[in-house]
This record gives sequence, structure tokens and C-alpha cells, in this order.
Amino acid sequence: MGGMSLVQSVDNVALLPAYLAAGTAVLVLLADLLLARAGATVAVAAAGAIATVAGAAAVGAVGTRRTFCVGGDCSWVFDARAALVAAVFGLLTLGVLGLSGPLLGTGPTPVGEYCFLLACSMTGGVVLGAAGDLITLIVALETLTLPLYVLVGLRRGSLASAEAAVTFFVVSVVATTLTLLGAALLYAVTGALHLDRLGALLGAAGDLPLTTAAVALVVAGLGFKVAAVPFHAWAPATYDGAPLPVAAYLSTASKLGGVVALLAVVQRALPAEVTGPVLAGLAVLTMTVGNLVALRQRRTVRLLAWSSVAQAGYILAPLGALALATGRTADARATAYAAVVAYAVFFVALELVAFAALVALRPVGTDGGTLDDLRGAARRQPWIGAAFVLALTGLAGLPPGLAGLFAKVIVVRSVLDGGAGWLALVVAVNAVVGLAYYLRLTAVLYADAAHAVPAGRPAWPVSAALAVATAVTVVLGFAPQLVLALAAG
Amino acid sequence: MSFGEFLLVAVLALPAVGAVLVAATPRDRAARLVGTAVAGLTLVAAVLLAVGDRGWVGYGPAPAVLPWHRLDLPWVPGLDLRFHLGVDGLSWPLVVLTALLTVLCCGYTVWRVPAGGSGRALVALLLVVEVGILGTFLALDLVLFFVFFEVVLLPMYAIIAGWGGDGRRRAARRFALYTLLGSVLLLVGVFVVVADAGTADVVALTGGTGLSRGTQLAAFTLLALAFAVKSPLWPLHSWLPDAHTQAPTVGSVILAGVLLKMGTYGLVRMAVGVAPEGARWAAPVLGVLAVAAIIVGSLVCLAQDDLKRLIAYSSVGHMGFVLLGVATLTATGIQAALIGNIAHGVITGLLFFLAGAIKDRTGTGSLAELSGLRETAPRLAGLLGFAAVASLGLPGLAGFWGEAFAVVAAVQRGGGLWTTLAVLAAIGGALTAAYFLRLLRQVTHGRPTPAVARVAPGLAGAELAAWTPLVLLALAVGLVPALVLGYATAPVDALTAVLP
Repeated sequence: MGGMSLVQSVDNVALLPAYLAAGTAVLVLLADLLLARAGATVAVAAAGAIATVAGAAAVGAVGTRRTFCVGGDCSWVFDARAALVAAVFGLLTLGVLGLSGPLLGTGPTPVGEYCFLLACSMTGGVVLGAAGDLITLIVALETLTLPLYVLVGLRRGSLASAEAAVTFFVVSVVATTLTLLGAALLYAVTGALHLDRLGALLGAAGDLPLTTAAVALVVAGLGFKVAAVPFHAWAPATYDGAPLPVAAYLSTASKLGGVVALLAVVQRALPAEVTGPVLAGLAVLTMTVGNLVALRQRRTVRLLAWSSVAQAGYILAPLGALALATGRTADARATAYAAVVAYAVFFVALELVAFAALVALRPVGTDGGTLDDLRGAARRQPWIGAAFVLALTGLAGLPPGLAGLFAKVIVVRSVLDGGAGWLALVVAVNAVVGLAYYLRLTAVLYADAAHAVPAGRPAWPVSAALAVATAVTVVLGFAPQLVLALAAG
Repeated sequence: MSFGEFLLVAVLALPAVGAVLVAATPRDRAARLVGTAVAGLTLVAAVLLAVGDRGWVGYGPAPAVLPWHRLDLPWVPGLDLRFHLGVDGLSWPLVVLTALLTVLCCGYTVWRVPAGGSGRALVALLLVVEVGILGTFLALDLVLFFVFFEVVLLPMYAIIAGWGGDGRRRAARRFALYTLLGSVLLLVGVFVVVADAGTADVVALTGGTGLSRGTQLAAFTLLALAFAVKSPLWPLHSWLPDAHTQAPTVGSVILAGVLLKMGTYGLVRMAVGVAPEGARWAAPVLGVLAVAAIIVGSLVCLAQDDLKRLIAYSSVGHMGFVLLGVATLTATGIQAALIGNIAHGVITGLLFFLAGAIKDRTGTGSLAELSGLRETAPRLAGLLGFAAVASLGLPGLAGFWGEAFAVVAAVQRGGGLWTTLAVLAAIGGALTAAYFLRLLRQVTHGRPTPAVARVAPGLAGAELAAWTPLVLLALAVGLVPALVLGYATAPVDALTAVLP
């Protein structure tokens, strides 16, 4: 360190999105304290989320900005992809706030804490996209996850909710420990923490001792966060026990966080020869197990949870192509990384629509219920039903869910670009299995309801969140290039 | 934008906008009328596509695909996806057939809505299906072709599941899963080609230029499997009988009339065109399976005792002839396949309309409970006789050309295998005659059963309006096959010229 200046110049513009997200959390706390009105608190949180999205877009538009650099290695790299990730986190937070409207308006849920925790989680997501070293990455991921332990347990008086929170907490702590252990081993072997430097050292040195173990630990720990099989068992129980809007956040933002973290270490730090085969195996296991178990689900949220496990498999599939030498050319790798980000973005958009539609169809404050509770729902509420069907067909990868169709195309294309034809066929067959349960849910929505429950109109924030999310999904379906261009950046 | 480009857009945009309009029209009957009018306009645009200059005016040899009109716009550059449409002699007859059958089905729905849901939703779904089928026939970009191929799947599922018979859910689910299996294989096949060639432009890819032999074999295997599910080719046909039997009349007409043709058209245009070496390699297998389909289809039909199911299984046999024609990879064979496609669409469309009419009147489809239709409803019986005779391939009617020339093409191909296949196919043709004559004997002759005795002799105006164009077309194509072949000669010659 001798010759290097210890005083760093900090690029505050690059950090603006993180400031905005963290500022939102602080302002929410102050608003709750000073104004003590639920509406004002939620409004502050929503405005903060919008400001974060705008800030991310503005900073992302001016090109890549780095700060906290030591030599050539930077802990904060805000590029187009980081901007995309930050904007998606902001939008997801906004959407989940909308879905939480009725929950916060009526129930015993403490509004200030709820919004504060959600804003903290958003901050973690925004930082995560730009993290350039392992410590920043893990801290950001924990900032994203920690508030969720509390949010999951917020359905007071519900045993399922409490159980869900404990399961989630225990599993997450174990996962974080594994990741930290892996990171520590990597540091012990190479003496580096910055992702790019790690990549260079591990690439140049060939076989360093303990590398394989370290890589396995890091990948396994992050595998828990994306709920990849065999690290998935917490997800269905946790989603089903959590309040519906929190389940929506878990299956979208939290999963996206895991994907972004995993992608960062795989792309920049870890040797592809080691991660490729592991990720190929994880992807195949995850999509197959997720789809097969989803076939048997009777509870709506559990069905969506298992489907989101399967979707994590599709997200990981492009990285599986790294297992082959043909998949490790510069072109094939760039395609694979872009495919992961693009698929993840399309997936969270569709998943948010699905959860928003479910919230809109279920009475306030209830859980997701069984499939039978939704019998004939789309006949009573045609617009919400149409949005739900759009999301489900999209998740199945079929028109009219064009966004999902293109997501499927992106994955298959990138896998074939990497020369992994067998993996493309596994994805293809899984898509067929997946359609079976998405069709079952769709058919239930349009079934004749013998015991028709009179439909209440959903609260306006829910309707608004559903409408905006659906509109975004439709636009992405016709213009997938919008996401593809940013994901490649 | 030239007139041709305008027409290409109009053919797709009219039914797409029409579907939205229909869904937004509050009164059910008015919505169905709007849908029929839109489908009519689409038919006009589709027919007009043949107008204009279609000669080759460039320098050098003509390319293997020479569209009369084309439209090429970027859509998703990141996926090599361009909005590239074109129409030529291979696709135009199918485009017109699709537009025609959709008008007839929408018009029929104005008169009668099958039980299960609103007529408005049914017409809107029919229009969406039309968009998908027309897009598939018009696409000159592999990825765009795949996208349109997928558009058809769920609306057709909804038509079967919403308005079908008693076993509709099972049949619809099976249809969706089977055909999705086909289309995901298509997706993989398409990107095997695109990853190797770096382009998805069918015009540039036709002839297999630039693709290695290994890629061509892999691509053809995947594409042929995908299209074999859709066509369907024995032994991948098992979704078809249930789907056709359970679907409402208009659903069966569209399914048999044009949806199956997406498979055979795709086989000719995409699989054979893009991977000709693969096609040459797999042709014997394809030929054997096609003949197996003919024989198995006919034998099952001989033992069938349900009217709709019999017609559904007859499709397996008829599509076997079409696939045999394609498998020969000769100009005669591919032309036979094209005219066989059109003939099957017209005749089987008519057969399903008639079967639906009989089932609506008698309340049963069981052949054992149907006899003596001639006594109570002579006109209906006469039309059924006409359609059955056309379907069994009587010379002078549309069904003859496709089947006869598929056999001729196989004989011309020569060699022990193809001659044997030709003989077996001819035997299959004879079996086809046998089961259709059995059908006629059971349904039209004999003493009226109680179910048939109730039937009133008259036909509704809407029924006549829906059936007359099909009767006339079956006659016209039978007497003047040049109606189809005149357009197809040039593109088929260009295609066979690039085959190795």
C-alpha cells in the first residue's frame, strides 16, 4: 500500500442510485415518526422507489462509472446492467408496495416498519448490481435478505407465517455462512477480493489448492438464494407462509438478487471450467424437480413457488453451457451472461403480474388458498383473469405471453450458441412438463363455479400495480430488444 | 410501402385487430357479425396477394425462394428475428384456404354457437388462430415462423376446452402438450440452424448453403419431428383423434382444414428447404412412416364406429399421402403434396361440417345409431356422399390428384423400397375407398333409426352458405388442378433444383 494514496476520490454521481434507495429508507422512518399517518409513509416509500428508478436510469445513461478503486480494481461499477438491475429492484419495490396497500390499510401490520424494511431490501438490491468485490456483494445480498426475515413473519397470529420466517432465517444464515466461508478460502488462496482481480489470478494460476472447494461453497451458498435444487426446500414453505405481497417480493426481487450475485461471481471471478459443470447439473436438476413437483401442488402459492424453482433452472441453463469448451468462447460467454439477465428480467415481470393477479383475486389479508378457491375467478373478473392468464402463459413460454416466449427463445438460443444441444433439449422437454400445470391453473380460472363467491373489487393500489405490471409485460413482449440491449451491456 | 407489402400486413393485421374489436363489441350477435366481416376482408386481401408481377427480373439464376411480395423489417436484432413476410406459389393457396375456412367458420358461428361459452369469444379466438396460421404460412424468417407456430397453440386449446364435447378437457390438454412438444423441438431445430448459419433468413438459407452436413442432419431430424407431431405422422398422431372428435364443429374444421397443414408446409419450406442433405438422408424413414400412416389410418377407420372419429382418423391416412409425396423429394411428389394439402383441407373441412350437422340433428355420432339418412334428409345424405367420394379420391374430384401423384412420384423414384412403398400406398388408397363406402352404406342407406327418423329434411341457409364454397372448390380443384399447381410449379422447381 506504500505508494498508493489512501485518500480516495469518491464519485458521488455513480453512487446516486444507492443514496436514493438508502435515503428512501431513512425518510420512511422519519415520515412514520413525524407524520404517523399510514398514507404518508407509503407515499414516501413509493416516491423514493420512483426516484431510485429515475436515478438509476439517469446515471446508467451516461455510461459506465466506477468508484472506490484500488489501482484498476473497483468495488463499485455502475454500468448499463447495474442500472437495469437497480431499476428493476425499484420497480419491484413499487409494485409490491401497491400490492401491500390493502394489507397496510386495514390489518394490524405496522406500516412504518413494513415500508422501512422494504426500502432497506431495495437498497441491498441496488448496491448488489454494482458490487465489484466479494465483501460488497455479500453485504449487499444480506441487506437485501435480512429485512425479509421480518417481513415473512408479519402475518400476526399465523403459525404458518412464523414457521416460514424461522425456516427462511435458518436456511439463509446457513447459506450466508457457506458463501462467506468460500469467500474466505478464495481470499486465503489468492489474497484478492475484487471480482475481476480474482478472475485474473484464478485464471492465470491454473490449479490452486482449495479453489474447487471454495468455488463449490460460494456457488452452493448463492444457490440457496435462487432456490436452486437441492438448496430449494425452504422456498415453497416460506412463500406459502408469508403474506402474499411479501411472497411476491421473495419470488421476484429476492430471486433476482441471488441471480445477480451468482452471475457476478461466475462471470468475473470464478473459473468457468469449474463452475460450468456444477451449474449445468444445478440447472437440469432445478428445472426438472421444480416442474415435476409443481404438477402435484394443490395450493396456489405452492404451485407458483415450485414453478419459480423450475424457472430458476431456466435462468441457470445458459451458464450450464460454460461446461463445454465451445461454450467458453468470448462470444458464447457474452451471449450466456446476457441471456441470464434477460431471462431473469422477463421472469420477474411475469411473476409479479401473476402474484398481483392472485392478490387481486383473493380477499384482503388471506393467504393464496387452494386452486379450488380460484375456480371460475376469471369469469367473474375477466380483466384480472386475463392478466393472470397472460402471466401464466408467459411463464409457460407461450403466446399470448410473448415476453415469456422470447425469454424461452433467449435461453435456448444462448445454450445452442454454446454448443450444448443436450441442455437445449432438456429445457425444451421441461417447457412441455411446465405447460401441464400452468394449463391446470388456467383451466381452473375459467371453470364453471358451482359455489360462486361474490367478487369484491380489489383496492386501487392493487389494481394500479397489476395494470402497470401487465402493461410493462405486454410492452416487453413486443419489444424484447429493450431488455436484451441493456442485459448485454 | 408498395401494394404487395400493404396486403401482407393487412392479411395479418385485419384478423388481429378484428379479434380485439370482436372482444370489445358488447352485443354477442353483433360481435359475431363484426368477426365474420373482418374475416371476409382478410379473405379479399389474401386473394389479392396473387395480383401483380411475379417474374424473376434480376440477374443470374433465380434464387430458391422467390416471393411475389415481401416485407422485411427488423424486430429483435438480439435474437436474429426479423419481421420478414413473403408469399409465393407454395404458400398462397394455403393462405387463401385458411382465410376461406375462417370466414366460413365465423359465418357458421353467427348462425349457431356451440354450447360452452359465448359466441363472441369463440369468434375472437378463431381470428387469433387465423393470425397464427397465416403468419406461419407467410413467414420467411425461421424465428418468426416459430413465433407464429406457437401463436396457434393456446387459442386452439381454448376452443377445444371451452366449446368441445364431453371429453374436451382431456382432449384439449393432450392436444396442447403434444403440439407444444413439437414446437419446442422446432425451437431447438431453428436455433441449431441459426447458431451455425448466423442468419434466420429463409430466402438465404434455402438450399442448405453454408450449413455443414452434421448441422443439416441434426436440424432436419428436429424439424421433421416437430412437423411430424403437427401433421401428424404416425406414430406421433395420437393427439389428433381425440382433439378432432371433441372439438366443436368449427374447431374441427380449422384443425383438419388448415392447422395440420402448418406441419406439411413447414416440412417442405423449412425442413427440406433449409436442410436438404438431411432430407435426402432421412427420406426413406419418412417414406416408410408415411406409408405406415396410410395403412394404419385406413385399418383403424375400417373398425371405427364413431362418425367424427372416423373422419379424424381418415386425416392420418390422407396426411400420410401428403408426407409420402414430400418424402420422394421429386417435383412431382412435392406438387402432389401441395395439392393433397389443399384437397384435404377443402374436403375434410366439408366432412367435419357435415358430421357436425348430423350430430347436431340426431344427437349422436355413433354409426350404429345412424342409418337411413337418405330417407329423412336426402340433401344432407347427398352432400355426405359427395364429400366421402371426393375424400376417397375419385378422379375428377379434388382428392384424386394428391393421392394418385404421390404414388406416381414414389414409382418414379424407382428402386425396391420406393416401388414397395408405392404399392402399399395404393393398397391404402383402396382401403380408403372401402371405409368411406362402408360409412356411406351405414349412414345413408338402410332403414332410419329412431335418431335419424326425427331429422327434418331441410338445410339452413347458413349451412348452405358455409358448405357451397367447399363443394364448388372440391369440384374445381378436381377438374382444373392447375388452379393450385399453376402457382406451385415455379417454386417447386426452384426448390427441387437446389436439392443435392
